Amino acid sequence: MTRYTSATPDDRREMLDAIGVSSVDELFEQIPEALRLGRPLALPDGMGEAEVYERLAALAQRNADAEEEVCFVGAGMYDHYVPAIVDAITSRSEFLTPYTPYQPEISQGGLQVMFEFQTAMSELTALPVSSAGLYEGPSSVASAGYLAMGATKRHKFVVSRGVHPHSRETLRTYSIGYGAEVVEVGLEGGLTDAAALAGAVDGETAAVFLQSPNFLGAVEDVEALGAAAKEHGALLIVACDPMTLGILKPPGECGADIALGEGQPLGNRLDFGGPSFGFFCATEAQIRRMPGRIAGETEDVDGRRGFVLALQTREQHIRREKATNNICTAQALNALGAMVHLAWLGREGFRELGELLVRRTAYARERLAAVGGVELLHEASVAREFAVRLDAPVGRVLDRLAERGIAAGYPLGREYPELEDGLLVAITERRTKAQIDELAEALAAAVAAEREGVAA
Amino acid sequence: MALTETPMQAEKAQTIYEKSKPGRRAAALPAAEVPEKPLAELIPENLLRAEPPRLPEIAEPEIVRHYNRLSRRNFDLDSGFYPLGSCTMKHNPRLNERVAALPGHARLHPAQDPRRAQGALELMWLLQESLSEICGLPHVSLQPSAGSHGELAGLLLTRAYHADRGEERTKVLAPDTSHGTNPASVTMAGYEVVKVSTDGVGGVEMSDLRAKLAENEGEVACLMLTNPNTLGVFDENIAEIASLIHEAGGTLYYDGANLNAVMGHSRPGDMGFDIVHVNLHKSFSQPHGGGGPGAGPIAVSDRIEPFLPRPQVVRREGSNGHGPSFDLDFERPKSIGRLRGFQGNFGVFVRSYAYILSLGGDGLAEASETAVLNANYLKARMAEGRAGERLPIAFERHCMHEFVLSGKPMKRDLGLATLDLAKRLLDFGFHPPTVYFPLLVDEALMVEPTETETKESLDAFAEAIEKILAEAETDPELARNAPYTTPVRRLDEVKATRQPVVRQQFG
Repeated sequence: MTRYTSATPDDRREMLDAIGVSSVDELFEQIPEALRLGRPLALPDGMGEAEVYERLAALAQRNADAEEEVCFVGAGMYDHYVPAIVDAITSRSEFLTPYTPYQPEISQGGLQVMFEFQTAMSELTALPVSSAGLYEGPSSVASAGYLAMGATKRHKFVVSRGVHPHSRETLRTYSIGYGAEVVEVGLEGGLTDAAALAGAVDGETAAVFLQSPNFLGAVEDVEALGAAAKEHGALLIVACDPMTLGILKPPGECGADIALGEGQPLGNRLDFGGPSFGFFCATEAQIRRMPGRIAGETEDVDGRRGFVLALQTREQHIRREKATNNICTAQALNALGAMVHLAWLGREGFRELGELLVRRTAYARERLAAVGGVELLHEASVAREFAVRLDAPVGRVLDRLAERGIAAGYPLGREYPELEDGLLVAITERRTKAQIDELAEALAAAVAAEREGVAA
Repeated sequence: MALTETPMQAEKAQTIYEKSKPGRRAAALPAAEVPEKPLAELIPENLLRAEPPRLPEIAEPEIVRHYNRLSRRNFDLDSGFYPLGSCTMKHNPRLNERVAALPGHARLHPAQDPRRAQGALELMWLLQESLSEICGLPHVSLQPSAGSHGELAGLLLTRAYHADRGEERTKVLAPDTSHGTNPASVTMAGYEVVKVSTDGVGGVEMSDLRAKLAENEGEVACLMLTNPNTLGVFDENIAEIASLIHEAGGTLYYDGANLNAVMGHSRPGDMGFDIVHVNLHKSFSQPHGGGGPGAGPIAVSDRIEPFLPRPQVVRREGSNGHGPSFDLDFERPKSIGRLRGFQGNFGVFVRSYAYILSLGGDGLAEASETAVLNANYLKARMAEGRAGERLPIAFERHCMHEFVLSGKPMKRDLGLATLDLAKRLLDFGFHPPTVYFPLLVDEALMVEPTETETKESLDAFAEAIEKILAEAETDPELARNAPYTTPVRRLDEVKATRQPVVRQQFG
């Protein structure tokens, strides 16, 4: 008997008698003998709870996390402070352990959370319709591509190289399946090359994909860039960082048909990349093509206000091969975390946090640009992340900083071969002025040491 | 039934926005500490937001009360029996939550240099190895975010595999009983679905399979199956099915939704499957979270391996007295590419690996055994008394981890639809089984008790069904108007779709 089962030998006897068989093996006889494993799994035997804890704690010890390093790494996921009430609420059994709310009468809590979350994301993006959440950022971008093909009956995507490299790659992966062509447009001075973009969009284009702030941290003029999409009847799809939407003009006011992105900065921990959630908002015109669950308000037979899964005729369990997306289990609990975080920040706090990020980022950018052997990679406006060039091998500089307990940023050469000397630095409210000063000082020392050929 | 409002029903449902009042707040943010320049000096005015989003204004105590109150309007696995077929609602061990929350896991940045994330990569590698052994297939990618994402991955792998051989195939076979995600994934992957019919015990109809293969010769890319199938029956013909598909040049895909029936007893790889997805939120105890997060790793055969998503977690042997190390391998020229950002739902991997360590190989086999025992016992109980008469089993034979009943006689004799029975069960404190699935059974009820339920719970469920059927003989209206005791009663779902209100309306 494992710790998570209850059947005693007596229970088993009684149950087997009721079934009318003499052993459990008889129940497995429907599996042809040749296909029965006939040996124990080659896995260790079960362990006690304390032993499992120690084993996993020992693995966790071998990771340099943001508790022990000062983390300036962003690139899509950020070391924000997740307020304690987020953990308290998301760990409640009533939110943690139910399935998708297929029985609305006993799922009003989860459904109302979805409704509140949809409202919050609609407000952030200034678009009227929001899904209750998708898997995460990059696959949401790919799902938007699928929607755009359905909406326009066209098969070409024009994508800025400022869109997160993981999003572009995921879009390409999906596109091979659903048969779309992906054309990339380069960056100039950190921003999407507007002329190249206008030149790439034509009457075959289903969608134009932008990201703002883009992967290099630069705030794009979405409205101006999006004109090319409008002119040719393509959808304008904008990926954004939700934490910047308290201060940056929202995609819905810039002509976006779809605004989406990685939701992790809102109420979700880093978790080495997941689980988090993707948000996905759109214009009214796309409501019946949206991917994912959507909660809607309605009434019960006595006229009480209630919530249900709305527009289910888009979904796989009803429409099967004609569904607008295949998504089923997604990220409800992560969306709850985001909602609680947003409620905690509130209307004023959310904006203040955005301002704090912009100001500290400006300060950090100025400090780092003043370091010898460090220059700005671009001069465009930034919100919470910026890129610099190092006159020293980036990997070696990062190693030196790691020895001082600083994760200094994301090496751009990993995804942009042309930016081998680039470093992307992210700021959250957890990064104090003192830490930024320490980064500048440590970076100066590391770059100088590399340039002078001092052994690490 | 007296229609007195319960206290919870009497509570007016208010959203957090309706509780908002200007000037209230919860968050205390750190001071800027740096020069507070006007924003417009840092970012051009035309790119700035004029009005902040209308987020609620509310202090912390009331946020906590609001969501606690909402939580009480949910039924959950920790409150009671949740026999939702094909969803494997097994206990969610709290140890798993504790280890997932360790800072070394929870605050590890996904772009951390692999040399400084060795524990995380080793954990992923160990989970890959464990799933490989459980599935009987040599290679695993943990990247897909859920079952449906795994399906899409499997179909894109199939496409890449055929393309690599210079073939282009256009059709994917799936039984008419398959999960809805299967055909939806097929369309997303650019294939056309061809339905295969089901035989008398819910298995693949062999003559139809042969016919469909012949009709679509050279065009069939894949057959998607789950085994045991959606009727809870193990398809005995699986070896023959596998050889037919392989002879036709297709791949065989295993929807792992029903893996909980066979862990340590039979392996999809040994059955002839090329690609398997595993729902970590079903068989491996990741909490369902009210609709996620989950994870849908895939296990594949040698011939599919070159095409797996990148990056792959790999183990490199040590040299000069150093132990092995772990890395992310991006150099995979035939890879289909990424399916998502970073490395996957790592927090889910931690929980599932903790679960595998807790149970061990022996415990996993025992879990499946007990799941099958519980299902067959409940099936036997449901064959007794009124249930036996009104809710007959769809296919009369031993089941695996779940079984399907038909409410057709109940509807005919008592005028009670399966939906009515499901809603009445809510008043008895049970989550209903999956209803109206699979489609080929009239008025279907799909029951999956899982191994973590007690005999007492199974008995209580059987007794509740008996009671509902008994009361319906004298008063069928009782169930037709149920539920009565839930926070709200039956909801108008048609209205919510015809005139969708999907966000707060601000005055």
